[in-house]
Amino acid sequence: MRTDPAVFLRPATWAEALAAKAEHPAARPIMGGTDVMVELNFDRPRPPALLDLTAIPELAGWERTGGLIRLGAGVPYTRIITELGDALPGLAGAARTVGSPQIRNRGTVGGNLGSASPAGDAHPPLLATGAAVEVASARGTREIPIGDFFTGPKRSALLPDELIRAVRVPAAAGPQQFAKVGTRNAMVIAVCSFALALRPADRAAGTGIGSAGPVPLQAPEAEEFLAGELDWTSPEALDERVARRFGELVAAAARPIDDVRGHAAYRRHALAVLARRTLTWAWDDYRRETAGAGDVDGQR
Amino acid sequence: MRVTLTVNGERRVADDVWPGESLLYVLRERLGLPGAKNACEQGECGSCTVYLDDVPVCSCLVAAGQAQGREVRTVEGLADGGRLDPVQAAFAEAGAVQCGFCTPGLIVQTHALLRDDPDPADADIREALAGNLCRCTGYEKIIEAVKLAAARTGGSQ
Ligand SMILES: Cc1cc2nc3c(=O)[nH]c(=O)nc-3n(C[C@H](O)[C@H](O)[C@H](O)COP(=O)(O)OP(=O)(O)OC[C@H]3O[C@@H](n4cnc5c(N)ncnc54)[C@H](O)[C@@H]3O)c2cc1C
Ligand code: FES
Ligand code: FES
Repeated sequence: MRTDPAVFLRPATWAEALAAKAEHPAARPIMGGTDVMVELNFDRPRPPALLDLTAIPELAGWERTGGLIRLGAGVPYTRIITELGDALPGLAGAARTVGSPQIRNRGTVGGNLGSASPAGDAHPPLLATGAAVEVASARGTREIPIGDFFTGPKRSALLPDELIRAVRVPAAAGPQQFAKVGTRNAMVIAVCSFALALRPADRAAGTGIGSAGPVPLQAPEAEEFLAGELDWTSPEALDERVARRFGELVAAAARPIDDVRGHAAYRRHALAVLARRTLTWAWDDYRRETAGAGDVDGQR
Repeated sequence: MRVTLTVNGERRVADDVWPGESLLYVLRERLGLPGAKNACEQGECGSCTVYLDDVPVCSCLVAAGQAQGREVRTVEGLADGGRLDPVQAAFAEAGAVQCGFCTPGLIVQTHALLRDDPDPADADIREALAGNLCRCTGYEKIIEAVKLAAARTGGSQ
């Protein structure tokens, strides 16, 4: 016997959605459905109600105010790639690696955050850029810094009556990179992933580690190390030792486990490699930008 | 619950839909459109691909209620009366069909690819079809079929 959710709620406005969530806190929000429907199709414990958010226009848009992008929770990955590649290159880079075209046409950052999987690909770039999650309930709106959002594997700081309205992501102020290790190029959950965002004006760098700990992580010591070691004013070719040390510090910040997708030791090793590579790419980008015409060591 | 939607240009009504049911189930079991195939029900194989408001999606991952008031186009809606769509004809001619289970999804996904990019490079074809699995053909004939369809529908040969 199927025990399907008894109610399908379909609010047409954000206010209605918050009212519905207040009235039915156990209702399961559904946006792209790429996580929720997999669970429903496989007869996992079924929620008493589904709360469909796809009819709410506000969630499906994004806007830019000064240096900040407010990305609606329901903007699918495909649109992040086509519309926000310049403003949010790290997130757009991660979006390109999600699932398949069909999955990217439906899946959203709001849903990625809602699932709060340690392997969610949106999380590392959001950590690296210091984003904040805008959540709301009938009681009001609050902003959760991304570093406080993830509280455990598939657990977040979102309260039962709250919904995710948007993420607020600073527009890129320098080169950003994302890299992911998986078993093939498409359709893979990350074995581990890494995002790097350089902010030359602040002489700072942000990091985000995916799928190598109970929650997505930052690597604060690696960030401090870079801020001190890199010569932002007249950038030289990256010192191999700096890249290597950065990789070690990122690997040390991870808290990986052995699981079906990979061993902890492999994840640490792979993270060090990803960190080194993304730094090399980002630093080359930065040198190209500061050099102007694009002449770095004869590369064009 | 009742779900009303437009499928292949026609207004359709499905009754007694369970709130957790997928669009794929509604299409196949309630509206008599078995073109979209049910293989994995987890978004991995693409055999259930349909257009939802002009965007190709895995219909197994769309809740039926989410399709309320929206437009769906399935593989059944691609042919023009008795005339196959060029993508369908190309798949048949290139020998890109063996058991045929993956074919409807591949055809809808290819249709969408050529709509957006009439002359895709090899890498773009592979990327576009990365979410469509085939257990029979080894994909070579499928790629050939896509190129044949592209050549016929306006891209360069
Ligand atoms: C074949 C396949 C491949 C995949 N590949 C990847 C991959 O490469 N990388 C990756 O990161 N993920 C991947 N995923 C997982 C999934 O696509 C992502 O997690 C996606 O971001 C989920 O977004 P959604 O809109 O579909 O979420 P939904 O399934 O609609 O919801 C996911 C969760 O978030 C909650 N939720 C949704 N919106 C809100 C909101 N506004 N407020 C509060 N809660 C909300 C839901 O209740 C649910 O708990 C894959 C999934 C499939 C099926
Ligand atoms: S049945 Fe939908 S993707 Fe496989
Ligand atoms: S032809 Fe059999 S699965 Fe593709």
